[in-house]
Amino acid sequence: MSTTIILTIACLGVLGLLFSVVLYFVAQKFKVEEDPRIDIVESILPGANCGGCGQAGCRAFAENVVKAPSIGSFFCPVGGNPTMAEIAKALGQEVEAKEPMVAVVRCHGTIDNRAKINNFEGYSSCKVMSSLYIGDTGCKYGCLGKGDCEVVCKFDAIHIDPKRGIPEVNQDKCTACGACVKACPKSIIELRNKGLKERRVYVSCLSKDKGAVTRKACAVGCIGCGKCAKVCPFGAITVENNLAYIDFTKCKLCRKCVEECPTKAIWAVNFPIKLPKSATEPHTEPQPQTIEKESTVQQEN
Amino acid sequence: MKKTFKIGGVHPNDNKLTSDAIIEVFPVLDTAYISMAQHLGAPAEPIVQKGDKVRVGQVIGKPTGFISGFVHSSVSGTVTSVEPLPDLAGNPVTHVVIAVEGDEWCEEIDRTPDIKRDIPYSSEEIIEKIKNAGIVGLGGAAFPTHVKLNPPKDKKAEFLILNGSECEPYVTADDRIMKERPEEILIGAAIMMKALNVDKAFVGIEENKPQAIASMKKAAEAFPQIEIVTLKKKYPQGGEKQLIDSVTGRRVPSMGLPIDVGVVVQNVGTSLAVYEAVQKNQPLFEGVVTVTGHCVTEQRNFLLRIGTPFSKILDAVGGLPKDAAKFISGGPMMGKAVANIDASTLKGTSAFLLMTEEETRRKEEGNCIRCGKCTEACPMGLEPYLLNKLCRAGNRYDDLEKEKIFDCIECGCCLYTCPANIPLLDIIRINKAEVIKIMRNRPKK
Repeated sequence: MSTTIILTIACLGVLGLLFSVVLYFVAQKFKVEEDPRIDIVESILPGANCGGCGQAGCRAFAENVVKAPSIGSFFCPVGGNPTMAEIAKALGQEVEAKEPMVAVVRCHGTIDNRAKINNFEGYSSCKVMSSLYIGDTGCKYGCLGKGDCEVVCKFDAIHIDPKRGIPEVNQDKCTACGACVKACPKSIIELRNKGLKERRVYVSCLSKDKGAVTRKACAVGCIGCGKCAKVCPFGAITVENNLAYIDFTKCKLCRKCVEECPTKAIWAVNFPIKLPKSATEPHTEPQPQTIEKESTVQQEN
Repeated sequence: MKKTFKIGGVHPNDNKLTSDAIIEVFPVLDTAYISMAQHLGAPAEPIVQKGDKVRVGQVIGKPTGFISGFVHSSVSGTVTSVEPLPDLAGNPVTHVVIAVEGDEWCEEIDRTPDIKRDIPYSSEEIIEKIKNAGIVGLGGAAFPTHVKLNPPKDKKAEFLILNGSECEPYVTADDRIMKERPEEILIGAAIMMKALNVDKAFVGIEENKPQAIASMKKAAEAFPQIEIVTLKKKYPQGGEKQLIDSVTGRRVPSMGLPIDVGVVVQNVGTSLAVYEAVQKNQPLFEGVVTVTGHCVTEQRNFLLRIGTPFSKILDAVGGLPKDAAKFISGGPMMGKAVANIDASTLKGTSAFLLMTEEETRRKEEGNCIRCGKCTEACPMGLEPYLLNKLCRAGNRYDDLEKEKIFDCIECGCCLYTCPANIPLLDIIRINKAEVIKIMRNRPKK
């Protein structure tokens, strides 16, 4: 009995020793040299694996950033400037701070502004809906409101407001990873700069239809009249295909265009509320978190 | 013995309410809106301008690619504008708008009622005539017919199959023409047989049309090379691949075309259009449209010219029924919902179906219980529940390709049969488009 046990232990012990020696040499032979900085960079990254940087994930980002001669062409939208500075430090390089971006929904075709002309009963997805027809309103460029952007957002930053029927971005949670931009079949969402004191001015419409058609479908559509482009002192506004666009790199937030726009298609966000004239000023941003911001701005002032 | 396809299929109630309604000629209205996208493939390019005078049958649009076709005016009068107008899905498509003045036809069109039986043309001449007449497949997809009749050189057609199964519920356009004009349809078939150089043709007709079968059988006595085949009533009997299986027992390979098994399939409506184009020089600008639905008071079959707005058809059948909630162009299984009631009819329009809220309402979606009904019903042998699962997982395009999602013919059997009301087809359809896009962009080996 005891000999069997001893024999077994001896056999297995010898075998184990043999295999470990073989494995040791194999491991030496086929060793993969990996830059230890990859692990360091990966540990700095937020680990969201969102793909917002254009890489396959955080590990791929780390590998490529270490390999590249300069980190200038890389940017992690989730971590933003602090993360990039830390990575630069770890790699012994320097990096310029980039202006923070935010996703902007360029459609204000809310339930009140844009009348429904039919009911969609199919699978609740913007992609399905847009593959079948123009949508349940008269505007074929506008938001379909089924929330494909909400589904893809990994940061809980974009939600369809059931009262208004269009998505709203929580600018504090949004990391500008661009997932919603890719998911939107109508390409309504754009990444724009966060702006000075988080103030932004943008044309909230994408309708390339002629003015009359746009007007019929939606109360706040851009009719391409070109008044804003004329009034802009910085040449930031271009009108093409019956649609105005504000170049945020040129815009100085003077808001002359906001006042000029006849259909109120240009929106100014996070500006302090104007006092007595506000009766004629319909441009108060209805987002709750923005109203909080406005009050804080006012306190600062 | 009644033939049928081997796998899948469902049995919806056929609701052929208009089966006994004789084809009536729809009056020409005061304005026609003729779309330039009447066919699958590239839209035609308008060759008329504002102010031009046109006659019935005159070419107003010319093809812009290999898979494209001519478009002819369906009315006579003055062109008032050439502009983008919304189609039935609301997307803008170039339309030629014609204000109607009288009803003046091009001289070359033979309007006499007598039937021309002999075919003095060669194969090339026939195909040329069909191309110039702008004929498209009238079975639903509106694929240009001349392309189908011109198979690649290395492939040889053995049979022509005429599709008279009309498996879509409600629709009776093909049923009526088979009852009323069987001989012309068979001459059209003989013309296409000559173009394809084949000596055997079949006409597949579902058993729920006994009168059509009888009239076609009687007319076929003069055509020994054409055989009328009675098919079992089962949806989608009229699917091209299913029909080939039913009639010849051959299976079209995955990703293949009917010509790969030596078969060309044409709809009976197309056959009639071919007869009119070749023997009577009449291009395709009118077709039979069934106007039906349980809520419609006057259910009819109309011989309708293209470019008639759906809203005007409604006026002709006693106005909009109170309880109508959904308009469908085509049958209830594969037809398209009409989002824009002012859109005009196309060459491929076979029916205008009105349904009530009760009939169209989607039931609440439940959980998949793995009952396997969808797999049983799929006529292409796919596993819809699995495809649905993979589609919803997101980014599983490789697996979807392995599961042959591209073979889906979008017949809707899975959606029809699902006890949990899962919108299988909606989900599969968009992912199928995505997979096909990926496969096309892949570099060829």
